[in-house]
Parts: sequence; C-alpha cells; structure tokens
Amino acid sequence: MNNNSTPSVEDRVRASLKKRYAREKRFQYYGIGAILISLLFLCVLFGDIISKGYTAFQQTYVKLDIYFDPALITPEGQMDQNTLIHGDYSGIIKQSLRDAFPNVSGRQDKRKLYSIVSNGASHTLRKKVLAHPELIGKKQSVWVLADDEIDMLIKGHISRDIPEEDRRLKDNQIQWVDQLMADGRIEKRFNTTFFTSGDSRDPEMAGILGAAAGSFYTLLVTLALSFPIGIAAAIYLEEFAPQNRFTDFIEVNINNLAAVPSIVFGLLGLAIFINFLGLPRSAPLVGGLVLTLMTLPTIIIASRAALKSVPYSIREAALGVGASKMQVVTHHVLPLAMPGMLTGTIIGMAQALGETAPLLVIGMVAFVVDIPGGITDPSTALPVQVFLWADSPERAFVERTSAAIMVLLGFLALMNITGVLLRKRFERRW
Amino acid sequence: MQLTTLLFVLLLLSSLAYYFGRKRAVSVSGGEVKDLHSRPGYYGFYTVLWCLLPSLLVFSSWLAMEGQIVTQLVVQDLPEQIRTLPDSQLSLVINDIKNTANGSIVSGKVNSDIEAAVSHYKSLYNTSRAALAVLVLLVAIIGLSISLKKISPSQRARNAVENILKYLLIACSTIAIFTTIGIVLSVLFEAIRFFQMIPPIDFLFGLNWSPQTAIRADQVGSSGSFGAIPLFTGTMLISFIALLVAVPIGLMAAIYLSEYANSKVRAVVKPLLEVLAGIPTVVYGFFAALTVAPLFREFGTSWGLEISSESALVTGLVMGVMIIPFVSSLSDDVINAVPQAMRDGSYGLGATQSETIRRVIIPAALPGIVGGVLLAASRAIGETMIVVMAAGLAANLTANPLEAVTTVTVQIVTLLVGDQEFDSAKTLAAFALGLMLFVTTLFLNVIALHVVRKYREQYE
Repeated sequence: MNNNSTPSVEDRVRASLKKRYAREKRFQYYGIGAILISLLFLCVLFGDIISKGYTAFQQTYVKLDIYFDPALITPEGQMDQNTLIHGDYSGIIKQSLRDAFPNVSGRQDKRKLYSIVSNGASHTLRKKVLAHPELIGKKQSVWVLADDEIDMLIKGHISRDIPEEDRRLKDNQIQWVDQLMADGRIEKRFNTTFFTSGDSRDPEMAGILGAAAGSFYTLLVTLALSFPIGIAAAIYLEEFAPQNRFTDFIEVNINNLAAVPSIVFGLLGLAIFINFLGLPRSAPLVGGLVLTLMTLPTIIIASRAALKSVPYSIREAALGVGASKMQVVTHHVLPLAMPGMLTGTIIGMAQALGETAPLLVIGMVAFVVDIPGGITDPSTALPVQVFLWADSPERAFVERTSAAIMVLLGFLALMNITGVLLRKRFERRW
Repeated sequence: MQLTTLLFVLLLLSSLAYYFGRKRAVSVSGGEVKDLHSRPGYYGFYTVLWCLLPSLLVFSSWLAMEGQIVTQLVVQDLPEQIRTLPDSQLSLVINDIKNTANGSIVSGKVNSDIEAAVSHYKSLYNTSRAALAVLVLLVAIIGLSISLKKISPSQRARNAVENILKYLLIACSTIAIFTTIGIVLSVLFEAIRFFQMIPPIDFLFGLNWSPQTAIRADQVGSSGSFGAIPLFTGTMLISFIALLVAVPIGLMAAIYLSEYANSKVRAVVKPLLEVLAGIPTVVYGFFAALTVAPLFREFGTSWGLEISSESALVTGLVMGVMIIPFVSSLSDDVINAVPQAMRDGSYGLGATQSETIRRVIIPAALPGIVGGVLLAASRAIGETMIVVMAAGLAANLTANPLEAVTTVTVQIVTLLVGDQEFDSAKTLAAFALGLMLFVTTLFLNVIALHVVRKYREQYE
C-alpha cells in the first residue's frame, strides 16, 4: 500500500505491539506477584507458629516410684488437713529420685538429679494425699511433670550435639533421662495444665486459663458497654440527627477516633480511669472501658451502614399507619438492621480481643498466677500473655507462646466466622 | 451490700415498676384502654425511667466521689507525724492502708497507727456502702411513687418516654466527642507538667534520649535527658520501610484484584488478604522477633553484613506486611470509584489494559491513593506491639536500617510499664510523647480523610 521509506503509523503500531503486549503481561505478573507475596507471608506466618507451637499441646511426664513416707508428711502422726498440706512432698520426690539412681553422689550431681522433675510435682503429690490420706505409708507409681528442660530434650528442641558447657542440660542429666526412657518411665501426654492453670515462672506449669479468663471479663465489659452505646449513637446519627454543625462535629470525631493509635487510648485510660477516677490498676474493668472507647467507632460505623441499608419505603409505610418516629425505629428499622449491627459488633469484639498496647499501659501486664474471678481482680489478657511469654528467656516458653497464639487466633477465627455466617444467614437484599 | 446485688435489686425494682405503671394505667382508664393517650406499656416504661434514671445518677456520682472523700476523712484522723509527711510518702501510707483493708500484702510493716487507720477506713467504707444502698433504693422508690401518682388517661406517656429516649441517644452519640476531649485533656495536662520540668525546645530538638533519672542526686547521669529527635527519626525510619513494602505490594494487589481478576479469584483472595489485617499485632511482633530477625541476622552474617537482631529493617518489613491489606482495600475502593467511561475512552484509543491503568486510572485515582497512603502512614507511626517486641530500646540516631532504633510508641510503653510514680519526669515524658503521637496521627488523618472525601465528590 504505502511504499514510502518512513514506515506508516500502522506499521509502527504493529512493530511496537509485541513490546506492548510483553509489558502488559509483565504488569499482570507484578500484580500476581504482589498477591502471592502477601499470601506466601501469611502461609509462612501460620506455618511458623504452628510448627513452633504444636508440641506445646503435649507435655512430658516422668513415672516415679513414690514412697509416701509418714516421717516426711506427718512427722507427728496427725492426719488433719493442715499437716497434710504442709508435708515435705519435695523431700519425698527427692527420696524417690535417689532411690531410682542410687549411685549419684555429691551435692551438685544430686541437685542436677532433682531438677529432672518439675517444681510442680510436689503439688501433684499433695493433691493426691489430700484426696486419699490412706496412701501415707504406702508405695505407688506416680506420673509427675518433668522439668521444662527435660521436656524440650524429649521433644527434640534441645540438640544433643551442642557442647556440654553451652547447654543448660548436662551430660549426666541426659544420661539419666535416657535411662528413664529405656525403663518406660517417660511419656508424653496431652497437656491439660496448659488449659487449666494460670501463669507460672516454670514453663511446664504455665497455662492460659488465667489470661483467657481475663480476656473474657474484659470483653464482657466491652460488649456490655459498646454494643448499646454504639447502636444508640448510630440510631441517633442516622435516624434523628439534623444536618447541622454539631452532627458534623460528632461524625468527624468518630472518623478520627477510628484512626487514633490504640496506645493513645491506653494513655487516656491511665490518666482518667486510673489516676483521676481511682479505678483499680490491672483490672478487666478498666481494660474493658478503654477497649469500649476504642471499638465504639467500629461499631458505630458498621451499625450506621446497617441502618442505611434498610429501604426508606419501610419507614414511610410505618409512618403512614401512624407510628411515631421512635416507633418506626424501634419496631421496624432496628430489627431489620440488627444482623448487620451484630456482625459489626462481633468484628469490633474480635479487634478488642487482639488488642494489646492499651492494656500494657493500664497495667494488665502483671504476673498473675491466680485465675481472675471478676472484673476488678488483677488479670492479664490473652495477647498480653503472648507478649509476656515471648519475653521470657526459657526455651520452653517459645512453644507455649506459639500455642497461646494458636488459641488466640482460634478464638478470633471463630468470632469472625460467626460474624460472616450471621450476615450470610440474615442479610436481606432489598 | 455488694454493688452487684444493689444493681440487681434496682433491676428487680424497675421490672416491678413496669408492672405497676402498666397496671395503674389500665386501672385509671377504668378498663377502657382506648381512652388512654398512650398504650399501657408506655406508662410502664415511664415509671421504669423515673425509677431507674435518678437512682442510677445518684449511684454513679456517689461512687465517683466516695474514694476521695473516704481517703480525706481517713487522712484527717491520722496522727500528726504521718499527716504532715510530704505528699508522695503520704500517698504510700494511704496505699498501704487501702491494701491492708482489702486484704492484700503491703510493703511496709503495719504499726498500730496504720491499724487504727485501716479499721477506720473499713468502717467508713462500710458506712458509705450502706448509705449508698439506702439512698439509691430510696430515690428509686420515690421516683416510682411520684410517677405512679402522675399517671392519668390524658398524660402523654409515649411522648415523654420517647423524648427521654431521644436524649439518651444523643448522650450516647456525644461519647465520641467526650473521648476526644478526654484524650486531649489527659495527654495535654501531663505533657504541660512535663514541659514545666523539661523545656519544650530540649524535648523537641534534643539529640539525646536517656530517660533514666537517678534515685540519688549525686549519681552519674542523674539528670536524664529527654531529647526526642532520635525517637522521631527511628519512628520515621521504620514507618518508611513499612510503607516501602506495603505501598507497592498493596497497590499492585489492589490493581490486579479490581482490574484483572475474575470474581472467583477475588472472592478467595480478598478475604485472605483481610486475614492479614485481622491477625493481632502481638503475633506479628512475635514472628518478627523470633523468626524473621534471626533469619536476617544469619543471612547478613553470611554476606558479611552486620545486621542487628533488633534492626529497623526487620521491624519495618513485618509492619509493612501488616499494613498491606490496609493499603490494598483503600486503593481498591478508589480504583473502583474511577468511572468506567474513562477506561472505555482509553480502550477506544487502542491502549492496552496496563497502559490504561498506568496512564488513566492511577492518575485519576491518585488523590485517593495518596489519602490511603497517608492513613497507612499514620497506622505505621502509631503501631505499638510489633516495635515493642522487635525494635530496640536504646535511642540511636541513625539512618542505617540494619541498626537497632527505637520509636515513640516503644518508649511510651517502656516508660509506663512497671512501677511508676506519677510526678516524675520519666512518666510524664510518656504523655508528652503521647501528645506528639496524637497530634501527628490526627494531622495525617484529617488530611487523608479530607483528600479522600474531596476525591469521592469529584466523581459523584
């Protein structure tokens, strides 16, 4: 067609097409790459936590032949509760360990021998004796908790190849453990302690129940306050508020609060709830109040969206048959918007459950052994427990931290799935 | 009486109030319910509100004042030599008294003066609680009987109830304002007290941060220095790295999801990205400190690089991943808001899809994207747990991402966790930092929200 020396526009376009299509493909690959990187990270994160933490659901126990020596438990022969509680149970355990390894001598070696068994073992024996006082004077095989170092060795987290001086577990201890293993005296069992006890300095005795209870009470306070307040605020702003500067000001405030760093809410809680109002430190009550203020914007925004989705014809129909404005809202709009509001609240609660920083500031980081029984008892929360354990130097706390994270993520997943299902089940498209 | 029991009794009383109010309304109408202005239930609610609101008001104001008044009374009756102690020591004594009264372990030994004060405190406390119970129930019953008296067929009970309800709704919606005021006041007051001790210039422009004030005056480094520049640079360094990770990845993910992906892929990938946002930050912190940091250090050593185990690089990287979903969902919104006509116009001129995205959609969506990035930046600056667990504690004025730096939020947490006295510069410094943090994030948020809103209006 065109035989000029300069190529025509069409030819130039044709010539560049290959390049342009290649660029198009590259651009798409960038997008896919970005998504894959994010998902890869997600997988690595979950994989890492699970691979580190799944071993924490099992715990090593040692079988000891215990002689319930009356001389150590009831030196004066009384059988009352008080004497039984104060018996020398660790002495009994030491005795049985000495009996099991008669050729261990020397103070240092003996101490190493005793450290095979957890400090909590004497507790187990005490409970046993209190429940069955007739055991005194008898011999029985008892499974007791092994020390966390032994536990780590059995689970393969401590390598035997490291030179002895770099290990906390010494060669002779490993030898004893191997001997116990050969005798079938070491066993891994499901770790019930992890789910039934509070925090402890000894990893083998530490559990998450205390933290879970703290989280539960904190969320209870948060829910009890933020759900009614959030819904009330949303109803006012969406249904009643006139368009004026005051309403605008409220809206600007809500939008800004949604983006204020959570730690600033902690400072508010410390200055106002604790120092000014004198509420107790470390208590779920204050934690709940702070988290309420923090989750309110989320709940208000979600509830307003739910109210907005109710079609106007419903309001008009109700007004038409003579309902007052308040009746329209409480009898018709609110029930229809409720599923959406509940979903928003559940998502807000999930956020509150994972929140850590403000709780640190209001003192919910204390070392709390007892399981809190109310909203004013000192307590921690699940994510705070994760933080505390992550800081602990013992190797055994790493797996416990990961396990606590799994429990936390489990709760979060449960809440979010409930929210999504709720929405799916009750959502109405108009 | 226990407070919960009291509240329970109050609840019981109010349900009785509903019953009585309703019954009374029916009886004054003489069985002709249609003669009543409102339906009988409204008279019930009317009585409930009269019974509940005043008594709850009394209840909460009593509890708010109780602590201070009881403490005052106890202090007045303390012996002369204790009462005239300096404030800080006096508050310790008062704490001891309170702890002993509550049955917890106290620090000091308990002498007879303290014991007397404890029993005094206990008796005052019990009296106060008893008086509270009597007063609250009295108020509730008076309210109940007054409202019952007022019920008559012509009374506009519905209007009254609806009015009160509306005021309750308004009160609930103003909590957002009070929260903001509360935040401003709480950080501002303590920050002002801090600035009375340390001049603001030293704080804002000082290059040295070591908040440890000494116990004895003659100790080395007793003054403590509060120059916050290293904290600001540390925060900015980590946030910058985080944005460097989050913005390209988040933006590309959003572009792919909204322009290329079919609905099936979107339905799977979008929720998965949201999962990243739903993971508690403490989990990211743990992951960064225990997995990523050692990995990077080893990697660095094998290349002959010295990477600190608390390096800004690792912290920023993990934080960046955390805010990817944030960036991507905000960008997704703004990209979807670009009118289809603009795309069609570009395709009509023969542009490929990627050319359309790069030359038309992104420039059109740029203000919205910038707004989203600003919001993400404010998120990164205010993020606490990741940096507390993975970043350093020592203030280090450097721009090298391989070294450990500390941030504003890390310092707030370290200054406030553990034992604290409330009037030391060290504790107050945390509030001054909080003020800086609040102001910065507020500034970023306001600008971002403004930009995003402006942008939305443009295409509506």
